[in-house]
Amino acid sequence: MSGPLSVFDRPNSYIGRTVPRPNARRLTEGRGRFVDDLSLPRMVHAAFLRSPHAHARIMGIDTGAAKASAGVVAIYSGADLVQHIEPWVGVLTHLKGLRSPPQPAIAVDVARWQGEAVALVLAASRAEAEDAAALIEVDYEPLPIAIDMERALDLDEPVVHADFDSNLAWERLVEQGDVDAALSDPDATIVERTFTFGRHTGVTLEPRCLLAAFDPSERRLTVHYSGQAPHMMQYIYAKHLGLPEDHVRVVADDVGGSFGIKVHTYGDEVAAVAAAMLHGRPVKYVADRFESFQSDIHARGHRVTARMAVSAQGKITGFDMDDLTGIGPYSVYPRTSAIEANQVLNLTCAPYQLPAYRARGRVVFQNKTVMCQYRAVGHPIAIAVAEGMIDAAAVASGRDPVELRRLNLIPDDAYPCASATGMRFNELSHHACLDKLVELIDYDGLRAEQERLRAAGVFRGIGISSFVEVTNPSPMFYGVGGAPIASQDGATVRLDASGAVHISSSVTEQGQGTEAILAQIVATAVGVPLERVRVTTGDTETTPYGGGTWGSRGAGIGGEAALLAGQALRAQVLEAAAVILQAKVESLDIADGKVVDSYTDRERVTLADLARQIYYRGNELPSSLKPELVATRHFRVTDYPFVFTNGCQASWLEVDIETGEVKLLKHWAVEDCGRVINPKLVDEQMRGGVVQGIGGALFEHCIYDDQGQMLNPTMADYLVPMAAEMPDIEIVHVETPTSTSVLGAKGAGEAGTGGAPAAIMNAVNDALRPLDAQVTAQPITPQRILEALKAF
Amino acid sequence: MTKNRRRISFTVNGERVECDVLVRLNLVDFLRAELGFTGTHVGCEHGVCGACTVRVNGAPVRGCLMLAVQADGATVETIEGLNDTGAIPALQDAFVAHNALQCGYCTPGILITALDYLEHGGTADRAVIRERISGNYCRCTGYQSIVDAIAEVAAAPADGGAP
Amino acid sequence: MQRGKAAGRLQGRTSATIGDNMKAPEFAYDRPETLAAALAALSAAGPDARLLAGGQSLMPMLNFRVVEPTVLIDINRVPGLDTIEEAGDLIRIGALVRHVAMERSELVATHLPMVHKVMPHIAHAAIRSRGTIGGSLALADPSAELPACMIALEATIVAHSQNGERRIAADDFFIGVYETVLASDEMIVAVEIPKQTARGHAFREIARRHGDYAMVGLAMTTATGVSLDNARIVFFGVAGRPVRAKAAEAAIVGLVAGTEAGECAAAALDGTLEPHGDLNAPPAMKLHLAKVLLKRAIAELQERVS
Repeated sequence: MSGPLSVFDRPNSYIGRTVPRPNARRLTEGRGRFVDDLSLPRMVHAAFLRSPHAHARIMGIDTGAAKASAGVVAIYSGADLVQHIEPWVGVLTHLKGLRSPPQPAIAVDVARWQGEAVALVLAASRAEAEDAAALIEVDYEPLPIAIDMERALDLDEPVVHADFDSNLAWERLVEQGDVDAALSDPDATIVERTFTFGRHTGVTLEPRCLLAAFDPSERRLTVHYSGQAPHMMQYIYAKHLGLPEDHVRVVADDVGGSFGIKVHTYGDEVAAVAAAMLHGRPVKYVADRFESFQSDIHARGHRVTARMAVSAQGKITGFDMDDLTGIGPYSVYPRTSAIEANQVLNLTCAPYQLPAYRARGRVVFQNKTVMCQYRAVGHPIAIAVAEGMIDAAAVASGRDPVELRRLNLIPDDAYPCASATGMRFNELSHHACLDKLVELIDYDGLRAEQERLRAAGVFRGIGISSFVEVTNPSPMFYGVGGAPIASQDGATVRLDASGAVHISSSVTEQGQGTEAILAQIVATAVGVPLERVRVTTGDTETTPYGGGTWGSRGAGIGGEAALLAGQALRAQVLEAAAVILQAKVESLDIADGKVVDSYTDRERVTLADLARQIYYRGNELPSSLKPELVATRHFRVTDYPFVFTNGCQASWLEVDIETGEVKLLKHWAVEDCGRVINPKLVDEQMRGGVVQGIGGALFEHCIYDDQGQMLNPTMADYLVPMAAEMPDIEIVHVETPTSTSVLGAKGAGEAGTGGAPAAIMNAVNDALRPLDAQVTAQPITPQRILEALKAF
Repeated sequence: MTKNRRRISFTVNGERVECDVLVRLNLVDFLRAELGFTGTHVGCEHGVCGACTVRVNGAPVRGCLMLAVQADGATVETIEGLNDTGAIPALQDAFVAHNALQCGYCTPGILITALDYLEHGGTADRAVIRERISGNYCRCTGYQSIVDAIAEVAAAPADGGAP
Repeated sequence: MQRGKAAGRLQGRTSATIGDNMKAPEFAYDRPETLAAALAALSAAGPDARLLAGGQSLMPMLNFRVVEPTVLIDINRVPGLDTIEEAGDLIRIGALVRHVAMERSELVATHLPMVHKVMPHIAHAAIRSRGTIGGSLALADPSAELPACMIALEATIVAHSQNGERRIAADDFFIGVYETVLASDEMIVAVEIPKQTARGHAFREIARRHGDYAMVGLAMTTATGVSLDNARIVFFGVAGRPVRAKAAEAAIVGLVAGTEAGECAAAALDGTLEPHGDLNAPPAMKLHLAKVLLKRAIAELQERVS
């Protein structure tokens, strides 16, 4: 390696710079390439008939009239498809005791949630497919339903799966230290609360969709995919449709939002792909909004009861909690529906010094839409519980909430260390972040203003949340349990004859800026202008094998692979240049697309000229020189199971105590996500994440009636955050690069969503405190606030 | 069911189009599937998310809430046309500079909404901008960068070009 | 009696009763070019026809297949229905006047300030480009703003059929959820609203998000800005149709706008306003919110005077 400076100190380094995303411009011109924009010859469209019952036996399906409907090409029932699609089981070995029965792609004998697909119609247009679906007659025998998670384990509650002895899918107990002793200490302040979190969902603006094409002459399947993990889907389609993996190509181009929703295996999607194979014509399936609400994974339906003891000195001495979550009738494949609860157990109180901790988690089956990982998986609950308890303890013990946190957050010089649940931390900066936050928001100034306004009958609140966030996961997250999920990723970096550099990476883009930061990293590592770098992602045929984007791993893992590959390419170029220029390798550098003399910056040869000579005029090279101008490197995190980030957030809001409305005045975040590659992109991830968290805190809820019917499966009734109600969000950073990689970047995609609900809930309760009202149920609706105030 | 069709003619992005359309087909599905203008997107098909917003006779309209047959005799513009005629360069530049888009799915609808706002005297008042874009759902950005971009264009001195 | 009854409100309906569809079903399409032709088509088609004006409410219903009309009669080409005119003491608004035209109308801003104030609350700009006042009133969504405003403003709804014209007081027009007194062969041609030069007005609504349907809304007019005599207090979002709070109107006769009047009016709602609940608010909460809105509206009137 040549050059006296580290890659980060080099002149013209793009790392740490806000540069516009190269792929943003075309999206402002209407040149997106989303799945539904594609068309293939003889393409047909899929629509599904879905169960209107939460639980029902399918006695018979009569497709006679439907088959005769105009434009219909084929109709498949669950029984038709199960012969061609191997059912799957959503368990992983490292989640001991997790059970789930085999799940067919679409329901065969029994429909187990309202919205589960029971038949697939292929027709010349989606409208005609829907016309035909309406003519299918299904004879249902309704069965008893289990839809209240609190009753799921009662002896007289209907059991969702006849083969199981109960509705328990998984349970885990974490215990460290003597919690009972801490909670029975007469000198301690004990607080107890019950928190509930409403089940909600991702609502990606582009719904789930795919276009599958099968060539029977070669038995080759191509799936145009809107999602995060193309290699994982390659494995899944191959395994469950009976194809060799190398006969399956999955291609993700533009994806209109994912947030974890599109990283799971959906039966309707696999069924549509199977239909393409069976019928021999390309099949396009685009979920409409109504079926998206009923069949996209839901998340975050929890009830947590917690108790905490704080000593007279203000130290947390013990924490005890019981977490119950209701999933759907199946644990979703392959990531399982137990991970969210596992995160809640692992991460509650994680930022704090805690001598005694006990947490029990139970995951129960229900006849509701299936549930699985959605942005910030488990963190919104873990953080809201811990931070809500801290605020409650602060009030109960007469301390300022910031002060109580300062007394208990793990000191910034205590690393490496481990949490009570065995989470290993290194290089975190809780205190530095909290100090910065307090200064940023002018905490004392806000308290003064709060007091002044209270006297005038205006109720404002400040809410703080301090937290860790899981990023850059190692194989310990999924692979170790048997999941076909890669947690290593690769990048191939190539110098072309034109002097342009091409990156092919196994992490993927859904708009967060993956391709932009890969380009920035490689442009810096190699020494070329950003405009000369092209990036390819999302295609299993042409990219290295990897895990895709999830768990905030794109920058930290994909970026590291790109950095290493870029550095390797640089070395290759300089090695060849040294021979050709008859100079010492150490005396050469690459800057701005040219090989230069590293001491004088004098240009020796452009990369284009060098590359052309190597590619076209090999006769001019000594025969001993065998230049390669392409390098592939892979990276996985080895030192730690996860690379945690830390941060804190504050919410400043006003509660109208007569109407229950909450006005969000301002939101702040201080985030330490290690080395920041593109500040603007990180900040925008934070902002989008915060707003998504606000959605769960104040607005979003999948509401069910007692028959297991979702009552609000439309954009008019399921409330997502819109612009008028959202605050401006100010963000600053602390940067503690992780030593687990050269790049030092951690993830930033989820912290906004994880930390925001806690800050919002704490702010509401801070506003209501003089009125002896508290809300611990999310979403915090006007109704819940008025009920807490006993206003009606 | 017989397939009911009607002959219509109208202008799309400056081009005259004449065709028989299925009466039940809505405007955005028609623009996308029949005419290949895939820049406008579909997000909900009940008029709430705003992804399908196009311009009809100079006004922003939900493409999912208008039948294609109703475009007979109208002048329709989609994001492709606005881009190609150079109607929104300042907005596009500002959106890219402020990263006022991530996945890009909501972006064409928001640009058309923003254009209408600016054409009707929209100012750089952030609260007003937030209200005026509150009919366009964005899941990625959290809206702040979009407000930044529109405010910047609204505040810029008017020059010879369109906003 | 009227066509909308078959259409269920999406909000609060269980998914089992809505089909799985989001593409409109087949229907026949007619586009009359004159009022006479429209009325003839309406008469001939019977109760399974729907008029298509702005389409902003009808299209979602079609997409969800909550309605499956045999024929859509597109009246957007019918001339003479899209103007806003001064007619003596009245403002006459044609049924096909788009919300955006009302929003930008000088006449409306000058003579119907409450309507001018209400328009930005109605959904969003793209909806207002197409939605019409005639469509909004004929649809009679219980959470919509304009029906309540028309009652508060003592508007007259002018309907035509092949049998001639019928002038219906707004007070008498709305029967229930998506139900009006319009016969299946009648259509609204115009709305006539007395100029509000002298009268005071207040409008408030509580919605979860800007542009959403109101949880509870209030359109109120009074004799003058100061006197609360001859008040019309109209709540929407609380029942199947807008509700005149006549007990509250009576309670404030002889009072001037102020805190005491607000308390009086709010107290009069107990036992007289009996709201329905929905996903956002149970009945008791809606009653509470109605009282809050009424007090705030009266306070707003007081503030405007001083």
